[in-house]
Amino acid sequence: MTERPAHVLEVNDLRVEFATHGGVVKAVRGVSFALERGKTLAIVGESGCGKSVTVQAVMGLIPTPPGRISGGSVRFEGQEIVGLAPRAANRIRGKQIGMIFQDPMTSLNPTMKVGKQITETLRHHEGLSGAAGRRRAIEFLERVQIPDAGARVDHYPFQFSGGMRQRVMIAMAIACNPKVLIADEPTTALDVTVQAQILALLRDLQREQRMAIILITHDLGVVAQMADDVAVMYAGQIVEQGSADDVFYRSAHPYTLGLQQSMPRRDERRRARLEPIEGSPPDLFSPPAGCPYVERCPWAMKVCGPNDPPLWTVQPGHAARCWLHHVNAAARRPERLFRGALMPEGTAA
Amino acid sequence: MSALLQLHELRKHFEVARGRVLQAVDGITLDVREREVVGLVGESGCGKSTLGRTVVGLHDKTSGEVRYRGEQLPARYRAKDFKRWARKIQMIFQDPYSSLNPRMTLREIVAEGPVINGMWRRSEVQSRVAGWLERVGLSAEHMSRYPHELSGGQRQRIGIARALALEPELVVCDEPISALDVSVQAQVVNLLANLKETMGLTLVFIAHDLSMVRYVSDRMAVMYLGQLVELGPADDVYFRPKHPYTRSLIAANPVADPEHERRRPPAAPRGEIPSPVNLAPGCRFAGRCPFAAEVCRAKDPAWREIEPGRFVACHLFDPASGHPDAGQR
Repeated sequence: MTERPAHVLEVNDLRVEFATHGGVVKAVRGVSFALERGKTLAIVGESGCGKSVTVQAVMGLIPTPPGRISGGSVRFEGQEIVGLAPRAANRIRGKQIGMIFQDPMTSLNPTMKVGKQITETLRHHEGLSGAAGRRRAIEFLERVQIPDAGARVDHYPFQFSGGMRQRVMIAMAIACNPKVLIADEPTTALDVTVQAQILALLRDLQREQRMAIILITHDLGVVAQMADDVAVMYAGQIVEQGSADDVFYRSAHPYTLGLQQSMPRRDERRRARLEPIEGSPPDLFSPPAGCPYVERCPWAMKVCGPNDPPLWTVQPGHAARCWLHHVNAAARRPERLFRGALMPEGTAA
Repeated sequence: MSALLQLHELRKHFEVARGRVLQAVDGITLDVREREVVGLVGESGCGKSTLGRTVVGLHDKTSGEVRYRGEQLPARYRAKDFKRWARKIQMIFQDPYSSLNPRMTLREIVAEGPVINGMWRRSEVQSRVAGWLERVGLSAEHMSRYPHELSGGQRQRIGIARALALEPELVVCDEPISALDVSVQAQVVNLLANLKETMGLTLVFIAHDLSMVRYVSDRMAVMYLGQLVELGPADDVYFRPKHPYTRSLIAANPVADPEHERRRPPAAPRGEIPSPVNLAPGCRFAGRCPFAAEVCRAKDPAWREIEPGRFVACHLFDPASGHPDAGQR
């Protein structure tokens, strides 16, 4: 390939399911997104929506069995990585795509000095020697702003605080200079002041290394601070995607609006009452035929129950999976929902 | 408005090893007025949960006083004390998984307190529990279920029903929504707000989510390493924080508004919360504070009322403290 594709990572119609005692859980049901070089895409949603499973599939971390990627493709710089032989896949995963997790205590090896853990990938991918590895580890600890790196390199994970452990994990993930960093709830276990430090560190590293980031989070505040683009997930599907401004200020899916209205607004004069989303997400053992949000949607229509809405482009770069954008529903579209292009007639199933 | 609950110089220390004392709560003075919601915020390890548990008698006090309608609560609770005070003061816990007995049905969980206290006759348990399940948004059919059959949000509703079935006056809510999803958090907050209104409750709302605490509270208290650093009307503290720690907490708290996030400079305070074991004298925030001066490391700042109803413990706001910038902020 002579030309670099515009997107560093492209996920297309990804499907993941898990065989359990209760039946097959369809955790990810046709997710597609493209990640721009050097940009941050936030995947946001509540517990069980499939956001973590999506990136685990990208990283080849789905435990099989019981899980399996039942369809779709993941392309890194144009190369398909789903179904790739483990040796070939490992040349990309861990080297080109790094990952950090929510809980740094359980994701670090408690019996290995952090310095050795940081350079493990380098030794594997670049055949680095012991003494050189140690020097590189100290460099990385300095890059993630761990004080006294020369001494800390020989410490074990339990000797670090939660925030410092997360820095160690970031050092590990960026050691091979990856083009993509996947951060799965990287600050959820941390206090807000430490969270601010870690988010600032991620932004700095992204600028220095021109790294694209996929940020998985349930916190809309973190999304607003970090994301260029946003994908909102619900019941295994992306229900809205677009730029951060589009998704926050021109929300085109009732779930996105619902999430925002469930949070206190930052307005001193007016204390608007919280408007929770009533009910709970559907059971993914038997996902509904139509829109998965129909039971909780204040504007549900007859068409929504039996028919799965298509992901419709409401304006360039901004899409929503909702029948309210159908031309026949124009009159039913609530004031608060973004009014963009209408789905043409005949789209309804 | 009179004070329902008065804390005076309340301390709760734990001896973690010989000669090593963890000062979890270290000299808290706070009045909670009747029918008021006081929000208590701070990061993990600041002692906010220990404070809540000490107020309801789950921890013995090390020193200081807790008064309820002027009457001093026991330093160490015995069975008869719990029986008496649990009717007035109840608690809702953070983790709806570990705070409900997995071997009891919802009926047993909700009815236990009122039956022990002789408030409900056995014959009326069924109808009373049904009434409570409906008030918290569940249905009477859930009565013979077990906690594991419920979602996190439903479990927290049971935690609320269990606490409120005793018709208490004061409820300490210890991170009641932190374990829940955003959309469910709003359901539980609205439920608490409704019940607070109809039952005339007074709430101490402990949480680390600043915007939610500001939303539910009349007044907001900020805690750092076992002590209060700031107290005032919730909006005032949130929009015009004074103490450097409160400022950094609010600056660090991301807001769900990209425009707002782009406008403000990214601000993270230095360092992390030190261990609350064997603390050195002086202001506890001095090691992380951008305004720290010599006096801050030498001497504890006084808890001063700098404007009516607005309290701060910081040398910067004490003209007599000897801090070079004192009185300029």
